[in-house]
Amino acid sequence: MSIIVNHVDHIYNPGTVFEKKALCDVTFSVENGEYIGLVGRTGSGKSTLVMHLNGLMKPTSGGIFYDGADIASEGYDLRELRGKVGVVFQYPEHQLFEEDVFADVCFGPRNLGLDKSEVEIRAYEALKAVGIRDEQLYVSPFDISGGEKRRVAIAGVLAMKPEVLVLDEPCAGLDPAGRDEILAIADYLHDNLGITVIIVSHSMDDLAEHVHRILVMNDGQLVMDGSAREVFGHRDELESIGLAVPEVTAILSDLKKAGLPVRDDLITVEEARDEILRVFGK
Amino acid sequence: MSLINANKVSFEYVRRDKNGEVEGFKRAVDDVDLDIRQGDFIAVLGPNGSGKSTLAKHFNSLLHPTEGVVYIDGWDTKDADKLWDIRKAVGMVFQNPENQMIGTIVEEDVAFAPENIGVEPEEIRQRVKESLVMVEMYDKRKSSPSRLSGGQKQRVAIAGVLAMHPECIVLDEPTAMLDPEGRSEVIRAVRALNDVENITIILITHNMEEAIYADCIYVMKDGHIAMQGTPREIFSRAKELEECRLALPQAARLAYELRRAGLDIPEGILTREELCRVLCR
Repeated sequence: MSIIVNHVDHIYNPGTVFEKKALCDVTFSVENGEYIGLVGRTGSGKSTLVMHLNGLMKPTSGGIFYDGADIASEGYDLRELRGKVGVVFQYPEHQLFEEDVFADVCFGPRNLGLDKSEVEIRAYEALKAVGIRDEQLYVSPFDISGGEKRRVAIAGVLAMKPEVLVLDEPCAGLDPAGRDEILAIADYLHDNLGITVIIVSHSMDDLAEHVHRILVMNDGQLVMDGSAREVFGHRDELESIGLAVPEVTAILSDLKKAGLPVRDDLITVEEARDEILRVFGK
Repeated sequence: MSLINANKVSFEYVRRDKNGEVEGFKRAVDDVDLDIRQGDFIAVLGPNGSGKSTLAKHFNSLLHPTEGVVYIDGWDTKDADKLWDIRKAVGMVFQNPENQMIGTIVEEDVAFAPENIGVEPEEIRQRVKESLVMVEMYDKRKSSPSRLSGGQKQRVAIAGVLAMHPECIVLDEPTAMLDPEGRSEVIRAVRALNDVENITIILITHNMEEAIYADCIYVMKDGHIAMQGTPREIFSRAKELEECRLALPQAARLAYELRRAGLDIPEGILTREELCRVLCR
């Protein structure tokens, strides 16, 4: 699979006083098996962009190509696209509604028109992938913990067997351990199932520890696109658009300014620890 | 005198089945004692489902304890005659700013609560102005709330509470939905209210960095208070925090890792600045 986003503009309410350019000449491509973080302030166009990736919105100009086909073209099967590009929106647990956990996850694949046994196999595999235990399958989705609810909601999208999975703020409102559990699931989906994963997040610390590539949006434009290390090397630029670098990167950069001979292009706690130990000759 | 005093407070939710029959009870708050004085800055940490929000709702009489008593300014929160005094004394700000906006422009939104309790128009104008100035949103007083960023909306929500001249503000994960700049705007505003106006702050959060500024941290687990102390004390107990599904602030975690690897670093480092100072000496 590959996605090409080619010079995409999106204008809300064109021709009215509320006209707003939400996406402005956005161009990038995503290859099979990438692990990407999408960052930007509130209102920078991240969500609008995500909704373009699975055809919920169409570009005002420019094009989106999935495996070479223009998804806005006449006769393109958007239903099939939405099976391939799964989006887990913010607070997805608010969308749980079935009698029990298993039925909730079966809902999506059943709508694809698959036969019952295929639907159930997919639902079961998806629930296993997100770490839901067998004894929780027939419990009401309202009687499990907040973190578990969110995992069930993710399973509901996974059961569609997506090639690309977009997680919009998957850790919002979770405790630190719950946050780590969700990110470990994202790692598993990427590393073991080969799914292309895109995480939208405000937490640079989390992204630094997980994704490989980062896209930065500002005012509807894609302003940076590179490896996590490259992007977080631009501290001043990120701060000027209301973002930040991981806390440990900021610490290293402060140490460097204070005259300590440390590298400041490191982004995880482990890397920062090893670098400081090296400088102190330990 | 204490502003908020909780004495052996427990709270049980009644669980009902589909037909509305009582199925069981869930003890969300379990035998909590606490004492908060005017001007304190308190952070409440704890895993999801540990009872933080349920406890917080006792502080302005949204919930009443199943067992025990909560006193606000010496008033029992169950005392119906004192309900409005209590709600005036303790204001709440919730996670999602969208759910808290009612006015079509900012100053109208902030005026809503004082209007409701019959404050004189001239006095309302004064209070709206003061409140918006305190959270640095006076310039936006004529804006539509829908045009504001998340951090700005949360600050307007805080101004709405300030217009009631509260003694205490309880903020329940006010930054969970905000971007980094929105977060720091809100936390800066909250700290200023505490430092300058001496307003008591109770901040519920999952963000360990935000708890660093508190005078005292309470850690809740399974409805009870599992840990209590200054940020320095709490964040030097890494193992216990992990058992409570919590973590260290990043700077503290790096300091902890460096100390474990044999570097001479004192315990109790919390911030970026402290760590840099120690390493550069």
